[in-house]
Order: sequence, then C-alpha cells, then structure tokens
Amino acid sequence: MSERSLRVGIDVGGTNTDAVVLDAADRVVAKAKRPTTPEVTAGLRAALDAALDAVIDVVIDAAPARSGHVTRVMLGTTHATNAILERRNLGRVAVLRLGAPATTSVPPLSDWPADLRKAVSAGEAVVPGGHYVDGREIGPLDPGAIRRFLDGVEADAVAVTSVFSPANAEHERAVEELVGREYGLPVSLSHEIGSLGLLERENATVLNAALYGVAAHVTEALVTALNERGLDATPYLAQNDGTLMTLEHAARLPVSTIGSGPANSLRGAAFLSGVGDAIVADVGGTSTDLGVLAGGFPRESAAAVEIGGVLTNFRMPDILAIALGGGSVVRGHGVGPDSVGYRIAEEALVFGGATATMTDAAVAAGRTPPDAAGWAGRLASGPDRSEGLLDMLQRAVAVADGMVADAVDRMALGRADRPLVAVGGGAFLLPPEITGVSRVVRPGHAEVANAVGAAIALASGRVDTILPAGESRSKAIERAKEEAAGRAVAAGADPGRVEIVDLVEVPLSYLSEPAVRVHVKAAGPLAR
Amino acid sequence: MKIELGDVAALARGCAVLGTGGGGDVRTGALAAKRAIQEYGAVPLVRLADLPGDALVVPLSGIGAPTVSHEMIPGEGEPERIAEEVERLFGRPPGAVMSSEIGGANGVAPVAWAARLRLPLLDADGMGRAFPEVQMVSMYVAGLPADLVIMSDVAGNVVTIRPVDGLWSERLARAVCVAAGSHALMADYVLTAEQAGGAVIEGTVTRALAVGRATEGTAEPLEALRRELGAARLITGKLTDVERRTTGGFVRGTATIEGTGDDRGRTLTVELQNENLVAVEDGRFRAMVPDLITVVDTETAIAVQTEGLRYGQRVTVLAWPCDPLWRTPKGLETAGPRAFGYDLDYVPVEDLTGAPAEGPVGVAGE
Repeated sequence: MSERSLRVGIDVGGTNTDAVVLDAADRVVAKAKRPTTPEVTAGLRAALDAALDAVIDVVIDAAPARSGHVTRVMLGTTHATNAILERRNLGRVAVLRLGAPATTSVPPLSDWPADLRKAVSAGEAVVPGGHYVDGREIGPLDPGAIRRFLDGVEADAVAVTSVFSPANAEHERAVEELVGREYGLPVSLSHEIGSLGLLERENATVLNAALYGVAAHVTEALVTALNERGLDATPYLAQNDGTLMTLEHAARLPVSTIGSGPANSLRGAAFLSGVGDAIVADVGGTSTDLGVLAGGFPRESAAAVEIGGVLTNFRMPDILAIALGGGSVVRGHGVGPDSVGYRIAEEALVFGGATATMTDAAVAAGRTPPDAAGWAGRLASGPDRSEGLLDMLQRAVAVADGMVADAVDRMALGRADRPLVAVGGGAFLLPPEITGVSRVVRPGHAEVANAVGAAIALASGRVDTILPAGESRSKAIERAKEEAAGRAVAAGADPGRVEIVDLVEVPLSYLSEPAVRVHVKAAGPLAR
Repeated sequence: MKIELGDVAALARGCAVLGTGGGGDVRTGALAAKRAIQEYGAVPLVRLADLPGDALVVPLSGIGAPTVSHEMIPGEGEPERIAEEVERLFGRPPGAVMSSEIGGANGVAPVAWAARLRLPLLDADGMGRAFPEVQMVSMYVAGLPADLVIMSDVAGNVVTIRPVDGLWSERLARAVCVAAGSHALMADYVLTAEQAGGAVIEGTVTRALAVGRATEGTAEPLEALRRELGAARLITGKLTDVERRTTGGFVRGTATIEGTGDDRGRTLTVELQNENLVAVEDGRFRAMVPDLITVVDTETAIAVQTEGLRYGQRVTVLAWPCDPLWRTPKGLETAGPRAFGYDLDYVPVEDLTGAPAEGPVGVAGE
C-alpha cells in the first residue's frame, strides 16, 4: 500500500448511508452522510460520490492527488437484510438435506413463515448421507436420489445441509461437485455458514442460497460505481462479526453481510477511541444500540438469532437496542418509543418545528453537538417558553439517562471498570457521567463510526466443531486453528499476519467418550 | 380432549417449565409434534380411567446427548418400530403412548409419536418433571420390574434388552445409545393400564398445557405462572455467575443470582446437574430435589435451561412441590438429594420457604 493510498468505508444503515475516507495512516480525511434511499443502491452511490468529492478537495489541498489513490472500498450494507424482510429479489432454492433416515421427523423449513418459504423454496428433500457424532457415515451418498430431486425442481441455487458437517464436510463437498458438474447451479454448503444445530444451520444455508442474486446486484452496483469514477480500488464487503470479505467470498456467503452494521459501529468505536474493552452506545435517530467490545471485537450473542422470522445459529454482535434516539418524541410522562425519524430537521423545536424531541430535551440540558450553532437560542426563543415545557424536557432527560444506565447495567455484567464510548449522530444526548462505567469517551468522527469500522476491518475465518477431549485434543485444536486461519486467508487476510482471536471450548454431556465443542476464530489485516 | 396444532406451543412452554432446567430443548420436539399433527391429525389425550385394564401403555423417551439430537434430529420411523416390537412381544398392539418424562423435549415429542402411531396419548408421565437417569421414574419407585427395554435408532435398528434390574437397564441402554450414535428412542416399563394405576403420575400433560397457557395474554406472566404452579418465588434478580464443570458424563455447575428490586442485598445460588437440584441462600437451603426448581426470565416467564444460563440475565427462581410419590422413602432414595451426591436430608420446599404451597395437580395413587 503506497503512502498516499486511501480507503473508503461505506455503511448503508436504516436511516443514513455514511461514507468515510481514511488515509494510509488511518486518519479520517473526509466523511459524508446521505439519506438511505428506498432503492438502496442510489443512496450508496450518492454517499460514495459525496465522500469522494470531499476527499478530492481535501487531498488536493494537502497534496497533488487524484481519486485514483483510493485502493480499497469497504461496504457494509443492509441489502441482504432488506431482501429477506421484504421478500424481494430472493432466488429460488432447492433445499437438500443429507441425513435420511435420520432427521426426517422435522423436514426442512418446518418453522419458516409461509410467505418466505413460498418465496424461497423450489422444493425440499431429505436424502441419504451425513455422519454420526463419532464420524461414521449415517449412510452413503445416493447420487441417484439427488438427481431425481434436482430433475424435478426449477431452482436458481441449491442449499446442502449434511448432518454433522461442521465435523465432517465430505458429503456436502461431494454434492457441490455433482451439482456444479451436472446442473451448473451455485451451491450453498452448510459447513461454510453455520455451526452445530441442524435446523438453524440449514435455515441460514437456505437464506444464503436465496441471496446470491442480491449479492450479485450489490457487487455489480459497487463495481459500477467505482468504474464510473475511474477508481481502480479493490472492493470488500463487511460481515456480521466486524470483519471483511472479498467480493468473491461475499458472492459465496452473502448471508454473512446481515448484521454488519452494529458490528462496524462497534469496531469503529474501538478504533476511533483507541479503547479495546468498552461498552459502546450508538445513538441514532430512533434507537440506541448498546454493545460490548472485548479485545477490540464485538462480544457475540449466545442466543439464537432470528432473521425475517427464521431462527439461525449465526454469530451476531450481542446488541441491546432501546427506544431512545435524537428524534424520540417527548411527552408529559416520558420519552418515545415513537420518533420523528428523518423528519427531525423539520419537526424538532431546535429546528423551529412543533414537536418536543429528545434532541430538544438534551439541548435544554446543555448537551449540544459540536455543530449546533443557534440550537439553544431557537429553543429559548420558540413559541412555547413555558415552565411546563422546560419541566417536561427536564423530566425527559432524567428518564432517558435512567434508560441508558439500566441498559448499560444489563450489558456490563457486573463490571463497572470499563469506559463507555459514545458514537452515532445522537451521541450528544448521553450525559457526561453514567452509572456503571468508568468514564464516557466521545471520539472524533463518532457520527460516522460505522463507516470507519467498515474501512478499518480485518478479514477473518472461523471453525466450529466437536473434538475428542482425550489425548488427541491438543492436536485436534491445532488443526482447527489452522483451518480457521486458512479461512481468514481465503477471506482476504494477509497469511503472514493472521492471528487466532477467539478460542472457546465447551465440554459436552451424555457422551461415552469425553468430547468438547470448539469454536475458533482467526483474523488478520487485509493482504497488500 | 385432543391435542391440536394450536396447543403445541403452550405444551412446549409448559414442558420447559417442568423441565427444571433440563430435559433438553423443546423446540425440535414441538416442530416434530406440529408436523405429525398436520399429517395425521390431532392426538386424543386420554386418562388412565378411559383405558381398558389390559390396554398396553408404552412409555417413550428419547435418550442421548442433547447436543447430538440438536444436530442429528430423530427419524420418523422409530416409534413404528418400537410399536411393532411391543406387539410381537405382547401379542397385541399398544393402546396408548405415554411420555416417560414430561419435563423438556420428552414432554412434547410424544405428541408426534402418538400422532404417527395413531394412538392416544395418556395424560400422565413417569416423573412429573425431568431427571437425568433412566431409573428415576415413578414406575421404578412403584416397584415395577425393570425387565424390558426396547430401543430403536435412526438407522432402523431395534434392540430389545431383558435386564436383570434397573442398574443393568441403565448400563445396557447407554451402551446401545452410544453405538447408535448417541441418540435413540426408548420404551421401558411397558405396562398395562391396570398396572399403571399408582405407578405413573397422572394429569401431567394437562398440567403442562395449563402451565404453558398461564403466561399467554397476561400483562404479568411471571405472577400468572407462579400462581398456576403454586410456587414460591425464591428470588428475583440478575445472574452474576455461572460456573460449569463436567464430571462423570454430566455437566455440573453453580448459578449465582443477586437480588434486584425488593430482593436487593440477597444472593441465591442454584446447584445444577443437567437439572436445577438445590437452591441455597446464606448457607440455608431454600429448595431441593425432588421438588421442582425452575429459573425463568423475569419479564416473559419463559423457562431458562441450565445450558442457556448466562451472566447478566434478569431471572426469577421458582420452586414448588414434587408429586408425593417422590416424597416416599423409595422415591427419595431414587431421586432425593443423596441420589445426586448431596449429603443432606430432604426437607419439603413448603417447609423451607414457608409458602402456602398448593398440592400439585394429578396426584398418583390416592
């Protein structure tokens, strides 16, 4: 990477699309915020254009440079989430499970909402294959049965889930080869997507296969936007654990982009504040997301994650969302949960509007953002200057501070020695001191922390499997580590700088041979 | 009465509460039950008195490692194979299916098995809760011989064991289970309706349904659940520590709950071995096995399984009396504190908490 090379991070959120430009020394040299448009791609281009326009000015001021120095563009986007929630642009998936005669008591997609199943499923089959917990085959693969199923369906992609594939992926790989050779369809393999827990992993694998078209659309939009500007930059997509993947990798694993927003915001907060262990509060217009940073990475949720009404065993950041944002409506008895949302610039009192919002309450309490010239004045000179209004705003601040303190307590798990990093456009709402944290840190560029998080992200890989707990354990764990590192490199990491960042062992009960479930995650900076 | 599609969710919730933290995840069993009802129709729920005295009751349960059955979900053929073997051995087909263990996954999955066999489900079980070991059932306490075990696995194998006693029954069944890939469907203590009187805990399916329904459509699910169970509320607070260790094939552990609100300043610890076994506060026992101790989410009153216990959760611990069968000398010997390695004499939960505990529904053998 040359010294003058730049990186662009873009985060497509529910309300805004943010973009930042970082220089080779990781300094933020430009940033832009644009509304997220219903056709997400247009908003993406607008934010990219705005950030690049700004950076050209900045860079031209600083040194003779052109946008050609942008070497990487990292995108975090809600395209996949929206496609599932709205049941739009989803591909038709042939759902194949390898495990018969086991697993037939609960066929694939049993727990899916009927409309999503209708939109996604081209047909479902449980055919022989899969493995026992001890590694034996439940049954040999039956290519004839697989062909009979695939001959009878019209599908855009195939999702293959084999019993215990996180421990033995042989059958899934064999099916991928067969389908690629004979049908030419893309194949989602469950062991690349989820961990143990057949139904949840299968659900995520089917969603993944349904998102291939969406992934292609995003990739194309990004590549087109870059080409239009004559940028010769390598694009990456952000995934749910706060790390990046190459477009080739994203094309295989589009479902991994779901939940990248909160992960980016947490990683961005860690980077901007320089604090690796902290509570992070990302205050938006409608809600505040609280998460926890441990060693610079988001703490992950142990509970199953639901996407569009479907349970998956995805690893997602552990996020607690509370209905408190800059646009939250203030009334006599409290705050929200409704918000004026993007209309805040017209409706809030400080902007000359007629709705008392949390932004007004914060300003009345002397909490203002850096660029808030005239806000307090407009509030004081507004049509309603009554004691009643001031009382109400004051009460709202107390209620809001209580909500934040309670949420912090829920996330902090008894530890009060960590700082709270306040990010997001509404970070100014938060008080200077909060019970349960050592101090409140307000880093610069906090309002675009999510886009910064995308720009600085690492590439990662993970492995989740069952291993013997006996003497062969340590060797088996070494192998799992190597596999995770290999996956990180496949996702774009520099082979020389990959590290194991997470290793969790959980002992299993009711087995004759002692066994442990092992989860390994490796991550590293992008290869140059 | 019939168990319809719309009853499965409530039954699953109730079974989770009666699981006292163990018994396996109810979700897969509930999905199997829904699927079987859709395919074969609603399942008649019958009382013991509705069955002819010579009708064969087949107690069924899935055995094995929960992690395994979460991945290698059971097949659909296992119940038929066991029913066929019962008919071969007894010369007549089974008359009803019974849950061996109403707590957890084995409470809701029998709906799927009964539907598939087109048999009624007996409104009874062998525990009234969940227990970790095969001999911890009411049929054993009632003195019925543990001389027959029929197992079937996902591959289609059927294994019939004629053990000499309960200990061998457990030992051999475990060995078969491991060979079968650490999960199998098992029938033990196949008995006639006449024998079942006093040897099973009656009314427990109805009770699980009522427990599951208690939290529906109410603004205060926790209090509704407590009232339905006749439970004492041991503490409401925050989980501040969960310690786990594996010994002898079981996961043992300790969960610490620090009181919040009115309970601020109090600390309760719950000892776990797959199920919640003992609750202690300030060195004093507040409840102990075989009485039921369940940790529920304070807001939703949904039961939290022992493996789902996590630092920071807002929970309430409820405890209520077990079926009187477990309080007999043989019952306590089988599943009292000493059966789990605690050197202490059993004291009923109502004596420890001073709560005016209502008697449990469906008392056996009175």
